[in-house]
Amino acid sequence: MTKMINVDIEKCTGCGCCELWCSFKHKGEFNPSKSRIHKTIFLEQEVSIPVLCRQCEDAWCARICPSGAISKGINALTGATVVTVNKDRCVGCRMCALACPYGCITVMDEGYAEKCDLCDGVPQCVKFCAAGALTFADSDEGILDRKAKVAATLLTAYQEAE
Amino acid sequence: MTMYGWQGKILRVNLTKSEVSVEDLDMQRAKDYIGGIGLGTVYLYDEIDPAVDPLSPQNKLIFATGPLTGTGAPCANRYMLVTKSPLTGAIANASAAGEFAMQIKYAGFDMIIVEGKAKKPVYLWIDDDNVEIRDAQSLWGLNSQQTRDAVVAATSPRAKVASIGPAGEKLVRFACVMNDDDRAAGRSGVGTVMGSKNLKAIAVKGSKGVKVADRKAFYQAAESAFDTLNSDEVTWFHGVGTPGVLGLVQSFGALPTRNFQEGVYEDWQKIDGDALASTISVRKFMGTACPACPVACGRVTRVTDPEFAGVGGGPEYETIGMFGSNCGVSDFNAISKANFICNEMGMDTISAGGTIACAMEMSERGYIPAEDIGFPLRFGDAKAIVKLTEMMANREGFGDVLAEGSYRLAEKYGHPECFMGVKKQDFASYDGRALQGMGLGYATQPRGACHIRGEVQDLDLYGVCVWKLTSDRGITQVDPLRCDDKPLLGKEVQDWFCMIDACGMCNFAFFLHVDEDQTRELIEAATGIDMGGYEGFMRTGERIFNLETLFNRRAGLTGADDTLPKRMLEEPMPDGPAKGHVVKLSEMLPEYYKLRGWDKKGNLTPERAQELGLADRLPASLKQA
Repeated sequence: MTKMINVDIEKCTGCGCCELWCSFKHKGEFNPSKSRIHKTIFLEQEVSIPVLCRQCEDAWCARICPSGAISKGINALTGATVVTVNKDRCVGCRMCALACPYGCITVMDEGYAEKCDLCDGVPQCVKFCAAGALTFADSDEGILDRKAKVAATLLTAYQEAE
Repeated sequence: MTMYGWQGKILRVNLTKSEVSVEDLDMQRAKDYIGGIGLGTVYLYDEIDPAVDPLSPQNKLIFATGPLTGTGAPCANRYMLVTKSPLTGAIANASAAGEFAMQIKYAGFDMIIVEGKAKKPVYLWIDDDNVEIRDAQSLWGLNSQQTRDAVVAATSPRAKVASIGPAGEKLVRFACVMNDDDRAAGRSGVGTVMGSKNLKAIAVKGSKGVKVADRKAFYQAAESAFDTLNSDEVTWFHGVGTPGVLGLVQSFGALPTRNFQEGVYEDWQKIDGDALASTISVRKFMGTACPACPVACGRVTRVTDPEFAGVGGGPEYETIGMFGSNCGVSDFNAISKANFICNEMGMDTISAGGTIACAMEMSERGYIPAEDIGFPLRFGDAKAIVKLTEMMANREGFGDVLAEGSYRLAEKYGHPECFMGVKKQDFASYDGRALQGMGLGYATQPRGACHIRGEVQDLDLYGVCVWKLTSDRGITQVDPLRCDDKPLLGKEVQDWFCMIDACGMCNFAFFLHVDEDQTRELIEAATGIDMGGYEGFMRTGERIFNLETLFNRRAGLTGADDTLPKRMLEEPMPDGPAKGHVVKLSEMLPEYYKLRGWDKKGNLTPERAQELGLADRLPASLKQA
C-alpha cells in the first residue's frame, strides 16, 4: 500500500495555503507563482480544485527525459512512490513540462526542472490544509473514500428514481 | 537590501500628470506604523491637508498592505484603503481580503498611493515593475464583475482586480471598492473617492515573493495560530458564516429592527445562518476562504426566484441585519438580491440598508411625502429594498436623495433624529443599548459608526475572554449591559485592532481566539523588528488610533462628534432582553477619555502625545495643554 496525496475537492475552500506553504518550503519565500501545487477557483459553482503531481507509476516526465534526470523512487520515511528530479543531470530542456498531462513539472529560473517531492515525506501542503481537502494517506484509502461518495450519489439517484 | 515582511517600495500614481513613480518605503514610518491602517494613515496625514474637499484632486487614495499580506500567516491577506471620507468628512478606512492584496505585494509594493484626478476614465495595470495608466472609457458604466472580467481579458488571466461599479462613478457617498470575487472594501465611501479620480480599476500581478526575517520563528508562530484556529467554533463558522451570529445578536436583544426602533425581530429564524446555509447557499453548510484563511467564512448564494434571481458572494451578517430586520424584511431572496446589487454596483451594504431603513421610518411617520419617493414606503416591503437599492446606485429619482446617505436624508426632511449612526456614518447591525461596549465603540471610532475596528461587541456577545487584555486583568466574563469596565476594554480592543488592521490580519482571527502575542510574534518574525513586547505592541496600536483622531481634529471634527443619536441615549429599548436600557455614554466617555490621555474635550494631551511619539505630528492648536 503506497501513500499519496489525496484530494477531496468537496472540502477545498480555495484558501491557497497549499501554494503558500509549498513555496515557503521549497523557495524560502511566500510566492504562489513558484509553488508546485496550484488551485483554481470557480466562483459560480463555488468549487476550488487543487492540481498537483500524481507521482505516476509510469511517469511521462521520466519517460521523455532525454538525460535520465527523472526517476521513480520510494520515499524512505513513508514508503510513498515519489518521482524525483536529479538536478545535476537535468539539462533544462523542458520536455518533461510538455509531457506532463497535469502541468505539474516545470523548469524554474535556476535552470532545472522542479516538481513535488512530497517534502521528504511531510508534505507541507497537507500540513497546512485546514479544510482537510488534502490528505497524505494510503492510496487505497483515498480510492475507497471516493467509491463511498460515488455510492452516496447513486443512492440519491436511486431514491429519486423510485 | 533584502526586505523582510515589507517589500520596501511604494508605487505613486499621479493621475493629473498621468505619471507613475516608485519610491522607497520610509522605514522609520514602517517601524512606527507597521502597515495597512497605520502606514496608510501616517502617509495620508503627512501628505494632505485634512481639511480638503474629499472629492477634490487634492485628496489621496492609499491602498496599503501589511507585512503579513502575501504570507501564509492565517487570515492575513488583507489590504486597507485609506483616504478622507466623502460620507463623514473624517478619516476613511475600509479593508478587504483577496488575492488582489497579495498581488500588490508580489508586484513588489507595500502601498499604492493614488493622487490627483485623471481627465478621462482610466485603469491601472501593474505587471511587476511595468506600470501603465490605461484608457478605461469603454469600462465606464460596467458593474464590478463585468469590469473585473473585461480587465482580466485585457491584461492577464492571472491579474487580480479591484474596481468601482457605477455607484462609485456616480459618486454615491458610500460607494465601495470591490476586488477579486465579490470582496468589498466597504465603508466610508472609499469607492466614491476612487470614482472622483476617474480611476475605474487597478489590475495587478506579480512574481516576487514575500520573504520573512526569521523563517523558523515565523513557521512556529504560524503553526501556533493555525492550531488556535483549529476548533469547533471555526468549524461552526465555516458552516454558517457571519450570518451565524444573527441568532446570537437576537438573543441579546441587539438585533436592529425597523431602523433601531426595536432590538428583537420576530422573524429572525427566517434570516439566520442556518436558514441561509440550508436554502440559497450554493454549498450547504460549507464556506469558501480568503487567501490563507483556515476559517473560510465566505459563501456564494444563488437565488432562482425570477424576481430576485442572481448569483454571487454573501450576504454577510451586517447586510442581512441592515436589509433584513432593520427594514423589517424576512424574505431571504430579496435580501440576497439587494446584496447582489450592492456588490455589482459597488455600494456599502450597511449604509445602503441603513439609509433605506431610515427612509422607511420617515415615510411611516409622514416625514417624507409618498410622492417624493414615488410609492408608499413601509417597513417589511421586500420589493422596495431591491428597487430602492437599484435607484440609489443609479441616483435615479428618489435614489438621488438616498445616495447621499441617511444623515443627509434625515437632515433634508428636517428630522435628524431619524439618522441612526455616528459622524454621518450608519450603525452596523448591533444596537448599542443592548451592548454597552458597542455603544461606546460606535461613539468613539474615528471613521464614524463602525463594528469592525474595535469589536467591543465581541467581548459583549461571546462573553468568553481568552485574550491578554482580559486575562491579564483577571477578567473572564463580560456582561454586555455593564458599563464600568467598558472604557478600559473599549480602549484596549481599539488599540489592538489597529495592530490587526496594520499587519494585514482579519478580525475573525481575534474573535476565534488568536491573541495579541501570537499576532505580535508573526509581525516580529516576518519583519525582524522588535516591537518591545506586549507593551510596545499595544502602544503602536494606540499611536495609530490617536493619529486617526488627530487627522479628524485637523479636518474639523471635535470631541462633540463622539456622540450617539437621541434614540440610543434617551429612548429606552422597548422590548427584549435589553428592555429599558439606553447607552450610558455619559458614564463611559469621561473615563474613556481619561484612559486615552485626552482632555475633557476629547483632545490628545501633549504629554500623552509625547509618550506615543506623536509630539511632532500634534496640530499646533493642541500643543498648549
